[in-house]
Amino acid sequence: MTMLGNFDFDVIRRALPYLFFEGMRFTLTLTALAAFGGLVFGTMIALMRLSSYKWLGRIAGFYVDFIRSLPLVLVIFWFYFLVPYIGQWLTGASRPITVGAFASSLITFIAFEAAYFSEIMRAGIQSISKGQPAAASALGLTYAQSMRYVVLPQAFRNMLPVLLTQTIVLFQDTSLVYVLSIPDFLGAASKVAQRDGRLVEMYLFAALVYFVISCVASFGVRRLQSRIAIVR
Amino acid sequence: MIEINHVNKWYGPSFQALKDCTTSVAKGEVVVVCGPSGSGKSTLIKCVNALEPIQGGDIVLDGIKVNDPKTDLPKLRSRVGMVFQHFELFPHLRIIDNLCLAQEKVLGRKHDDAVVTAMKLLDRVGLKDHAKKFPAELSGGQQQRVAIARALAMNPIAMLFDEPTSALDPEMISEVLDVMVDLAREGMTMMVVTHEMGFANKVADRVIFMDRGEIVEDAKKADFFGTPRSDRAQKFLSKILQH
Repeated sequence: MTMLGNFDFDVIRRALPYLFFEGMRFTLTLTALAAFGGLVFGTMIALMRLSSYKWLGRIAGFYVDFIRSLPLVLVIFWFYFLVPYIGQWLTGASRPITVGAFASSLITFIAFEAAYFSEIMRAGIQSISKGQPAAASALGLTYAQSMRYVVLPQAFRNMLPVLLTQTIVLFQDTSLVYVLSIPDFLGAASKVAQRDGRLVEMYLFAALVYFVISCVASFGVRRLQSRIAIVR
Repeated sequence: MIEINHVNKWYGPSFQALKDCTTSVAKGEVVVVCGPSGSGKSTLIKCVNALEPIQGGDIVLDGIKVNDPKTDLPKLRSRVGMVFQHFELFPHLRIIDNLCLAQEKVLGRKHDDAVVTAMKLLDRVGLKDHAKKFPAELSGGQQQRVAIARALAMNPIAMLFDEPTSALDPEMISEVLDVMVDLAREGMTMMVVTHEMGFANKVADRVIFMDRGEIVEDAKKADFFGTPRSDRAQKFLSKILQH
C-alpha cells in the first residue's frame, strides 16, 4: 500500500464546517481586530516618536524596542496567565480577575502589532515632504488637522502595501494562540487531529489553507501596489 | 500690515540665517525680496507667518505679534495666504477639495459655500475645468495657479509668495506671473520672494535686496533699478539682468 493510501481525506471533509465556521472565523476575527487596533495604536506611537516632545518619543521608542525584543508566543502565554494576577493585585480583588482567552490574545496581538505598525507608519509619515504640513499650517490648519487631513492619509496610502503585508504575517502569527488551547483555525485542526488520530492529514491541510490564503492575499497586495504606483 | 523689527534667527547654535532684519509692508503694497541663494530671503518670508520661529526681534502682522507665545498661530496663518516654491498641493485630494479643505475645517464654511468660492477662484485662474482632477494631472504652472487660488479662498489680508516660479519650466512662468500681476493691481498686499525682475519692475512698490542674512537694500522700485546703493546689489542685478 502506498503512503497516500493510508490517508483519510474524509476526515478533513467531515471536519470542514468546524474548521472554517469555528476555527477560521476566530482566526480572521482576531486578525482583523488586531490589525485595526494595531494600526490605531501604532499610528499614535508613531506620532509620539515623531513628536517634538523628546520624552514622548523616548517612551514610544522604548516600548517598540521592548516589544520587538520579546518572543510573541512567550508574551501570549505569560499575558494570559499573569494578567489575572496583575489585575487582582491592581484592583485589590480577592480572586484573580478573569480575562477570557480571546480578550487576552487580542490585547497581546494589538500590543505587538502596534509596535510593528508604528514603525511602518513612522516611515510613511517621514516619506511625506516637509512642505505638506507646512502648506497645511500656512492655511491655518492646526497640527492635529494637518495630521488628520493631509499627512496621515498620504502616509497611510503610501504604506498600504506594507501594512497589508504585515497583516498577512499577523494572520499567520495568530496561530500562536494554540498555546492557550484556543480553537483558532490551527487549534481546531489540531483538535480534530488529536481526536481522530489523523495528525498528518490535518496538519498538512492546515498548512495548505494558510499557504493558499497568504499567497492569494500577497498576490492581491502586489496588484494593489502596482495600481497605486500608477496613480501617484 | 507686516512689520519686521530687528529680527534675528539662527539655525542651530552657529549659523545665523537672519541678522537684524528690519522692514515693513504697508497695506496694499507689493514688496519684492530678492538676493542670491542662501541669503535668507525664503527664511524671512517664512518667519512672517511663523512657519519658522525667530530668536530675536519682533514680527507684527495686522497688529498681532507673531512671535508672542500667546498668539493663536493657526488663526493668524489662516488670514495670510502663502504660496510655495513646490506648490504643495495635497496630492491625495482633488483640486476642488484642495481649495475647500481649509475653508471648511478652519473657517467653518459649509461645503456648498466653499465649493462656490472655490469654483469662482478656479475660474479666475483659468482652471475651472480641472476642478475634479488630481494635482498630479496638472502641469507645474497649473498647479501653482491652483495653489494661489487655494490661498485666496481663505480671503487673506495679505499674500506671501516664496519663489513661486523657481520650480517651473520657463514656458509656464508667465501664466503664474500674470495671475500675480492681476492680484497686485487689485490692491492685494504682497510680499514676494522672486528673481523675476520683470515682475518686480511691473508691479512692485519696493524692492528688498538680501545677502548673507542681512537686508542690504530696501528701496523704492525706481531707486533700486536706477542706482542700487550697495555694491552687492549692483553685482547681483548685473548678473541676473544679463539674461
